[in-house]
Amino acid sequence: MNWTWFHKWGSPKWFYEMSGRWLPWLGVAAILLLAVGLAWGLAFAPPEKYQLDSYRIIYIHVPAAFLAQSCYLLMAIAGVVSLVWKMKLADVALQQAAPIGAWLCFVSLVSGAIWGKPTWGTYWIWDARLTSMLILLFLYFGVIALGNAISNRDSAAKACAVLALVGAVNIPIIKYSVEFWNTLHQPATFTVTGKASMSADMWLPLLISVLGFYCFFATVLLMRMRLEVLRRESRASWVKAEVARLSGGNR
Amino acid sequence: MYFESFAEFVAMGKHGAYVWSAYGITLAVLALNVVLPILARRRYLKDEARRLRREEVK
Amino acid sequence: MSNVFTLLLVREARLLFRRPAELANPLVFFAVVIALFPLAVGPESQQLRNLSPGLLWVAALLAVLLSLDGLFRSDFEDGSLEQWVVSPHPLSLLVLAKVVAHWLFSGLALVLLSPLLALMLGLPAHCVPVLLVSLLLGTPVLSLLGAVGAALTVGLKRGGLLLALLILPLYIPVLILGTGALQASLQGLPAAGQLLWMASLTALAVTLAPFAIAAGLKISIGE
Repeated sequence: MNWTWFHKWGSPKWFYEMSGRWLPWLGVAAILLLAVGLAWGLAFAPPEKYQLDSYRIIYIHVPAAFLAQSCYLLMAIAGVVSLVWKMKLADVALQQAAPIGAWLCFVSLVSGAIWGKPTWGTYWIWDARLTSMLILLFLYFGVIALGNAISNRDSAAKACAVLALVGAVNIPIIKYSVEFWNTLHQPATFTVTGKASMSADMWLPLLISVLGFYCFFATVLLMRMRLEVLRRESRASWVKAEVARLSGGNR
Repeated sequence: MYFESFAEFVAMGKHGAYVWSAYGITLAVLALNVVLPILARRRYLKDEARRLRREEVK
Repeated sequence: MSNVFTLLLVREARLLFRRPAELANPLVFFAVVIALFPLAVGPESQQLRNLSPGLLWVAALLAVLLSLDGLFRSDFEDGSLEQWVVSPHPLSLLVLAKVVAHWLFSGLALVLLSPLLALMLGLPAHCVPVLLVSLLLGTPVLSLLGAVGAALTVGLKRGGLLLALLILPLYIPVLILGTGALQASLQGLPAAGQLLWMASLTALAVTLAPFAIAAGLKISIGE
């Protein structure tokens, strides 16, 4: 197998140039997919049988929850790459993904709580999914806090990589234990919207919206990573040339 | 279009407050996530250009 | 190699016994936290008994966490950690010895103290074996996971609060299984299932955590 594609990722300059080319496409895709998915979900999809129109929150709640979990997985993978191959770009990806993941976690928690009010009659219940999501948010806070506390950039990234990996090993255990705890304390009387009963004109917009969230995540991640690459490589001549070009254009 | 009128669309069958607040908060957070990196980038470029100019003078 | 392990264990034990006050602190903390709850929720015995599994576990968890803050600090400051890293023995084995020594003298003491506090909270005597076994299996996991956080934060000036922030979410499975076992035995149900799950967590932590601790220490020293 040809591994040159992998080695290219070790070059910040290559990444900066390539990501600059991808960014507009990803951004446009994110806006289009989100606009179509959310508008379809809000205005064109039929109402759910029992929850009527309040179920339309699903089109933001589920994608955000999806992304929040995928983001932690991405961080764990970046952590492995960073620790095994010492690739700096993986460090950058890991640390820049953490705040976005935390925000998406926050979105899924808030939208879930708001959805809970008309459905369950209360904003917060200690339901297994909500609780796992809350714990995931705490895990994100841990990674962000550790990254901020260590002043040396390289050790901060490596420490975050170790923590993300430990967290990733723990997440399945946490998830199962929380589910176990939940069945222990309250018999599952309410299951969140049976997905099997969703018709195509309900789940298609959901799929589009999930894709839109993925594109959005990729866009923001690339934006943050590009800035961080510039910061880290500020001594390199190509960064100086880039800064001169960009700030010259602004004036 | 599922809804009969715009007013019905806004009302969301009595759940309007919930649906729209959830969407509003979400979109605000998403927008924040885009705006903050853009502002940070602008600030960085400004500071960095100033630093480079200072180094040139030296 | 096992020779190094025992040597290190003995060294740790000797060091710990030179400062007995530090050994006693987590135990006193455990007792004080338990004493706070009747004052906070009222002395009604039925309510206390129902709450006691959770109270005991939360207090034990916090006591272990607090005792871990300084786990690697003195070794970090006097440079012995650097000696460990450059020594020919695998670092993960050395840190395992360190954590085991720490657990033997603080975790185990906590386990032994717990029946007394449990009876004060009104936990029936027939639940005490389950409490002991669950703590015996659970506190090593707490020590090992906490040591990962302690290793990552050892170089920082104010690592204590950060350590709690990093590690407490990871403690949740232990907390759930431990209180679950106690609650089951309180209701007269068999607790073996939860205890077996807890034992598998212990096995997992003993095998995996030393590598994470070693990686964390290397990063902290490299800074």
